[in-house]
Amino acid sequence: MIHPIPPGTRDVLPDEMRELRRLQRALIEVFEARGYGEVATPAIEYDEVLARGDGRTAATAYRFFDEGGELLALRSDMTVPIARLAASRLAGAEQPLRLCYLASAYRAVRPQRGQMREFTQAGVELIGVPAPAGTAEVIEVLEAALDAAGLDRAVIGLGDADLYRQLLAEYGIEGEARDSIIARLATHDLVGLEEELAAVEGIAEEQVATCVALSQLRGGSEVLEQARGLGGAAVERASARLQATFEELERRDVAGRVRIDLGLLRDLGYYSGAILEVYDPALGHVLGGGGRYDGLLKRFGADLPAAGFALYLERVHVAQMEEESRRGGEGR
Amino acid sequence: MSFEVAGLSPAKADGPLKLAVPRGALLGETLDVLDGAGIDTSEVRGDSRSLIFETEGMTLVTMRPSDVPTYVEAGAADVGITGKDVLLEQSDRMVYELLDLGFGRCRMVLAGRKGDERLGESQRRLGMMRIATKYPRIAERYFEGTGRQIELIEVKGSVELAPLIGLGDGIVDLVATGRTLEENDLEVREDILECTARFVANRVAHKLRAAEVDDLTARLREAAAR
Repeated sequence: MIHPIPPGTRDVLPDEMRELRRLQRALIEVFEARGYGEVATPAIEYDEVLARGDGRTAATAYRFFDEGGELLALRSDMTVPIARLAASRLAGAEQPLRLCYLASAYRAVRPQRGQMREFTQAGVELIGVPAPAGTAEVIEVLEAALDAAGLDRAVIGLGDADLYRQLLAEYGIEGEARDSIIARLATHDLVGLEEELAAVEGIAEEQVATCVALSQLRGGSEVLEQARGLGGAAVERASARLQATFEELERRDVAGRVRIDLGLLRDLGYYSGAILEVYDPALGHVLGGGGRYDGLLKRFGADLPAAGFALYLERVHVAQMEEESRRGGEGR
Repeated sequence: MSFEVAGLSPAKADGPLKLAVPRGALLGETLDVLDGAGIDTSEVRGDSRSLIFETEGMTLVTMRPSDVPTYVEAGAADVGITGKDVLLEQSDRMVYELLDLGFGRCRMVLAGRKGDERLGESQRRLGMMRIATKYPRIAERYFEGTGRQIELIEVKGSVELAPLIGLGDGIVDLVATGRTLEENDLEVREDILECTARFVANRVAHKLRAAEVDDLTARLREAAAR
């Protein structure tokens, strides 16, 4: 008799568990060695507290009432719970705070897509160090984590979360028009993006062209020059922020696997400034992401700059297996 | 949108760029545009039963148009060509839409039987229309957006058949020349949207193989404009 478990959840058997544990230990070791202390928070929180961190209603997919009628929710990531923790439990602690975690998070799934409702994230949060030093430190830790996982071909995309908001403000585009343009940028629907931009009253042709061209700029530090060539104050400011971060990375000698990507746009509600995504050539999906969220702690009453990243543990494991079999194949 | 996690199927992003080519109605013009972009399609044009064709610097993988987003989202194909109708129907597939290729132009329409008032009558007397379609999400979005209620009947094959023998009051379907509608005594009642072929890319391939993807996009843009 087979007793099912909900779609998007998994049992883990010993062979897989052994490998997952090895990977977990390697990651936590990297984090601890760099001074990031591991924390745990409850999987269940007050919905109101999680919503304070991320206003989008879609963020927490699973909500329920407890016996006292309180609305609870399963966390959808660890960044918001750690922001809460840092602003409350660790309010008087010495700055900066270096915290890491290995935890399950929960998100809604679309049926029959192999998506996971429950998945594991391994990540760090650096609280109290502003850009560019804080961003660069987080990227340095991320690189060490990827090395520890054996993903020597993995690449980190570095973008700027404020670029398009500021660019569209400069163009005088607000409200619904701005939101639908940002949505097109986020899904990278270039055909729709051009249509939406062209539909804005009074927009100049070269402004449409600039916005579309910006979203396609990705590569080494040379793309910052190309971006500046497109002109405008918002582009200049974002390029300056990215350049400062990139120079800091070069100074630390960890810029090698970082690609600047002006088309990057993460849809989590709390990002500001630098944003990150992690890719490996062996996998068609993103392995993890992160960035700065300088305004998030303030929502919990502690106005502190912060940055972090999270890796999807199960995906890193898949990439690890693929990379190992590739290396094995080459050796033959 | 991409508030998604997992989809754990591994895909190799190594070797030549893999391009998903749609079989069926879009195939001819797709191959013409690829030729124009300097990609050798002679083998695909041959009568081989193969699905995978190696050309210089690129692998062409032929498949149903509706499978293209699936392969590209997973990264099994790095880039692909398919109809906007397919992309809209599978709008939750995370693929980058890079280019409108302009060919394969057709319309998504609401059609009913000629001289038959069942669409209006059902709406008035039953409060909803019964609509047969192969495009349930596009139909649902369209009627929702125009404030009307429908009962959706999803069919897989020739949807023109449905209203003729009493399955539903009308259909939502793709029309190129209108001949199929004409032959089945149906007529267009409302235009929903226009569809053309689109060039799409996998998110990771777009980042990690930027130069190749950009180069191909530029060549296709030129070829499609001709």
